[in-house]
Amino acid sequence: MTGLADHSHGIVAGIDVGGTFTDLIVLDMKRGAVKIGKVPTTPEDQSQAVLDALSGSGYRPSEIDLIVHGTTTTTNALLERRIAKVGMITTRGFRDVIELGRRTRPNPYGLFGTFIPLIPRNLRLEVDERIEASGRIRTPLDEEGLRAAARTLIEAGCEALVIHFIHAYRNPVHEDRAEEVLREIWPNTFITTGHALLSEAREFERGVTAAVNAAVQPILQRYVERMGGELRRGGYARDFLIMNGNGGTTSSSLVAREAAKTVMSGPASGVIAAARTAGRAGYTNLITYDMGGTSTDAALIRGSRPLISNELELEYGMPIHVPMVEVHTIGAGGGSLAKVNSAGLLEVGPQSAGSMPGPICYGRGGDQPTITDANLLLGRLDPARLLSVDEEVPLATVEEVFRANLGDRLGLSAVEAAGAVLKIANLKMAGAIRMVSVAKGNNPRDFVLYAFGGAGPLHAAAIARELGVPRVMVPPRPGITNALGCIVADLQQDYVNTVNTAVRDIDPDQLNGIIKMQVAAGLDALGEESITPVKIRIEHSLDMQFVGQTHLIRVPISGLVSKMDDIQALFEEAYYSRFRVRLPEVRANVVNVNTSVIGVRQEVPLDDLIPREGRAPTLDKALRERRQVWFDGKWLETPVYDRERLPLHAQIVGPAILEQFDATTVILPGDIAEGDALGNIMITIKSVADERH
Amino acid sequence: MSGIDPITLSVIQASLQQVCDEMDTTFSRAAFSPIIAEADDRSDGIYSAEDGSLIAQGLKGLPVFVGTMQASTRTIIEFIREGRCLPPEEGDIYIVNDPYLGGTHLMDVRFAMPFYRNGRIFCWLSNIGHWPDIGGAVPGGFSASAISVEQEGLRLPPVKLFKRGVMDKEIFSIITSNIRVADQRIGDIRAQTAALEVGKERLAALLDRYGDQTVLEAIAELRARSAEQMRSAISRIAEGTYRGKAFIDSDGVVNEPLTIALSVTKTSDNRLIFDFEGSSPPCKGPMNSVLATTHSSVYLAVRHIFPEIPLSAGAFDPLVIKRPAGTFLDAQYPRPVSGCAAEVSQRIAEAVFAALVQALPEDVTAAPAGSSGNFALGGHDPERGRDYVMYQISGGGYGGNAREDGLTNGCSTIGISKSPPVEITEQVFPVHFLEYSLREGSGGAGRQRGGFGLIYEIELLRGEAMASFVMDHGRFGPQGALGGADGKPGEIIVTRGGLAHRPAHITKEQDIPLSAGDRVRVETPGGGGYGHALERDPQAVLRDVLLGYYTREEAETLFAVAISDASEIDEERTASLREVKAA
Repeated sequence: MTGLADHSHGIVAGIDVGGTFTDLIVLDMKRGAVKIGKVPTTPEDQSQAVLDALSGSGYRPSEIDLIVHGTTTTTNALLERRIAKVGMITTRGFRDVIELGRRTRPNPYGLFGTFIPLIPRNLRLEVDERIEASGRIRTPLDEEGLRAAARTLIEAGCEALVIHFIHAYRNPVHEDRAEEVLREIWPNTFITTGHALLSEAREFERGVTAAVNAAVQPILQRYVERMGGELRRGGYARDFLIMNGNGGTTSSSLVAREAAKTVMSGPASGVIAAARTAGRAGYTNLITYDMGGTSTDAALIRGSRPLISNELELEYGMPIHVPMVEVHTIGAGGGSLAKVNSAGLLEVGPQSAGSMPGPICYGRGGDQPTITDANLLLGRLDPARLLSVDEEVPLATVEEVFRANLGDRLGLSAVEAAGAVLKIANLKMAGAIRMVSVAKGNNPRDFVLYAFGGAGPLHAAAIARELGVPRVMVPPRPGITNALGCIVADLQQDYVNTVNTAVRDIDPDQLNGIIKMQVAAGLDALGEESITPVKIRIEHSLDMQFVGQTHLIRVPISGLVSKMDDIQALFEEAYYSRFRVRLPEVRANVVNVNTSVIGVRQEVPLDDLIPREGRAPTLDKALRERRQVWFDGKWLETPVYDRERLPLHAQIVGPAILEQFDATTVILPGDIAEGDALGNIMITIKSVADERH
Repeated sequence: MSGIDPITLSVIQASLQQVCDEMDTTFSRAAFSPIIAEADDRSDGIYSAEDGSLIAQGLKGLPVFVGTMQASTRTIIEFIREGRCLPPEEGDIYIVNDPYLGGTHLMDVRFAMPFYRNGRIFCWLSNIGHWPDIGGAVPGGFSASAISVEQEGLRLPPVKLFKRGVMDKEIFSIITSNIRVADQRIGDIRAQTAALEVGKERLAALLDRYGDQTVLEAIAELRARSAEQMRSAISRIAEGTYRGKAFIDSDGVVNEPLTIALSVTKTSDNRLIFDFEGSSPPCKGPMNSVLATTHSSVYLAVRHIFPEIPLSAGAFDPLVIKRPAGTFLDAQYPRPVSGCAAEVSQRIAEAVFAALVQALPEDVTAAPAGSSGNFALGGHDPERGRDYVMYQISGGGYGGNAREDGLTNGCSTIGISKSPPVEITEQVFPVHFLEYSLREGSGGAGRQRGGFGLIYEIELLRGEAMASFVMDHGRFGPQGALGGADGKPGEIIVTRGGLAHRPAHITKEQDIPLSAGDRVRVETPGGGGYGHALERDPQAVLRDVLLGYYTREEAETLFAVAISDASEIDEERTASLREVKAA
């Protein structure tokens, strides 16, 4: 494999596979050119669309120096349960841990719902062994029983194996030994030990995380091999990189080892792109707002750093506890359905038409009003420019559904009903975003709402109003932000170790020992990568809590610890800024020690995402048309601009609409939009900016 | 019909909901007690200034608190009117936990804050949190053998804990002098008040935006519409009277079962009349319920059946509950009540399910395990030189239903909490788990079988300790529905010095002394089956056998499905087994 120290003069391609579209961006630093592409995703074999997108770009794979790829292969495999057959070997008495869960139910109200474990019960076997909470061995590992269990699982046709022992995070000796023994007889490399991905107490979450990893390992491995083969055939002989959910990348040749980390790879890369592009424009505190067809993702970025969480729950009963960018998924998207309930009130969501049958206007059989249809009726979207239409549907048909299903029952016209749908949808989305951003002790006025995804810029200004956020940033290429994230992301390895000890009982040497071990492991892992970073950055933090509390607060630390008093003080500050409460009378605990080792890649130029030569000299020249658009209860004649033709520093007073290939941006009456040197549009929300605080 | 347009109504409804959800989140995030922070044993809401009726309640509140706080808020309003407590001023917060004044058990401590606009009370913001201890005979408050409320802990009438925003240190010190682990309570009190403060700030912003008068009108209109929504749901039920029963193993003191007899009558104007006539009289032990808890148990059960209807007093209007005077469901001072929220409430809900599954077979499940499964272990850890109290709360199987088999190891119907991980429990307490497994064969047979219960067995590693149990469904399994079999009842086995002991009350006993090496084994109930077991798809039975959920023998005896040695269905024998059984 060829090492690539510097690709600053090369050609880099970022490719992100989403639910509907596969997006591509090629940055050609030799010629200073940018190429973007969007092709339909090929769900059966995602690599097909990837190759389609590449060939559509005009670049041959052999010309490209580096390909970075965000994939939903593992996420989809899990959600659709198209996973490998996995066997599990556990401590005697504990094989049902991943089936029993944490004694929950899918919904707070209603006693319906089922849960199917990733590994069926007949493929979960037990062996004699037991470690106590202290780490002491209570029952030695029965190696003969272990071998017998593994043979049974091989005979049953298992492709991957999980070894999950109680308290292995405290003392991994039995899991390590079991792995060593079974490597000799297991027919492939797919063995996951419970403590390897995340060394944290909580047997259900650790066991499921390991099961997730094993369940998608063979699938990801095959996918990466197939893709690598296709690329080689096209003349691209190098290794390519895969995006992880932590916002970093890993070589495709190593990625299957920790396959669980690629879950949420797409959403994470969007957040990374937001942090980098807004950061270069001087904005470091962001709320990201990525609205797509079926759902909306929101994340918080402070000081250009996305929040990281170890506690993703992909769906009911499927926790994946590895460090990932904390992205909150809200069940509202362009396909969310509107209806009038039995109380005579308008509801939007949570049901969705998804992409099949989708909104009425897609012509795929959808016959219920959706958010996308409402945008169309109100003149915000141009019917001629919709990307996913199978069969054209007359606007009058959409209008008729809004009248019959909503308007007549609410005493409104079809258009008024569509306006109401947007109002309720925006309120609900803003409420959900509030809970994960400003409700966590953050002042909305300190943030910029960073809008992307196909539908984000359509709603962002209205959402910002609801949140009290004074500015909205719309990047040059909102619809391919995730692909851009692939290009700007660094190499990253994360480590978490549980200590769970009171601050006053910890010796700084103990913490420093863990930190040094984590750093060494991270540097080793980076050394294995095929890409050589330009520099290494290392970040540490502690997860802490007051004794008696269960919630954790992440406290960044600069490096090795000299006095524990400093740690206590840092924690109290972090706690105060979150809850506005000081509790000097209560002691603090250090629960986890976290380290990220980041291989910083060569920075790529981002100022040419919309080619300068295409820009018009004056605003008027970028005008595409004027059309009637519905704002706040009335039709207003609204200029519609070609986003790619806008003069770089254009200033536009709303109402206005900006159209481009991959997104539509709505500027509300009175708001002011300004372009910057990097091609971003910054919208100042008048009603918020005018408020005095 | 009010003059407010339906869109503004939807907007205000969503905004009020948002205020409550944000209060819930603040409370849990800032709380100290795991029971609040992890188990979400708390609730926040907005209540009317007039009579305390529910305007909106957080979605993540503990289900048992559906509608309970309106009773305690109403009591405070009445006390103020009658001069029985100090008149409110801006910044005040009242505290109350008296079960007989619209409460549940003593551990559920309510805060109520008058919310002012232009010098007048606009509404009340109230919340409730389960404190880990409130004094009384046993740590944690769940005494299986109390015979009066004084043994259960400190009882507070409505008093001002905060006066004009300042905490009354004297009242605080009376409280902390009477409860265990008092040093951490200040953290919970701050969290509980922080939630009210967040509510105050958000509600003020909402009123500034839409106008006080508009919001007041919207609240009235929303109440009427919620009632309409509930009536519309009820209209699907055929007119008539539906009966259901549920039984409590014993009250913990007198070893005899208690009966909940319920009739639900659907009226022509789409109301449901709940009548508990024929239920047992008040009991000596702590399995009494107070009126407010009986009401919320009915509301909770109906909400499980119609989860889409938003929480507000309007939704309760068409639910008419006849006062069960003279029964254990309307206990008066000084009857002990510590079992009301955790156990009696779930039996009331079970009676509602048993009655209404006949009326709405698609919307109601067979009975879930429905016990909080409270096991408390209090002792001294010689290695760490300290006393401890450990709670192990367990779930069980849910009922089969028209759509699918019941869920395995679900939590109590009144709760939404997660169980603590074995690894964390072993870190904190001197206990060792020998087993934590699915209880095979426990799901009630049926066309859709019940979910399975849990088995856990714990060994005391060192020192001495006392084990206490307040569980239920040990004498009677969770009921099957529409021909389905009952789930397996729960079981407790305590092994002391190598000898097995089962509590005389099966699921309730207090202070069983344990020494190092002694063991406690708990097997929790499975859910009731739904529909006749002979109608179960033989392939589903085969799958259950292959997964080890049932034995081959059980496949034959319970489901009349014969499985060959080659793990295939023996079609011929199955047909004849089913024929014989059907006859």
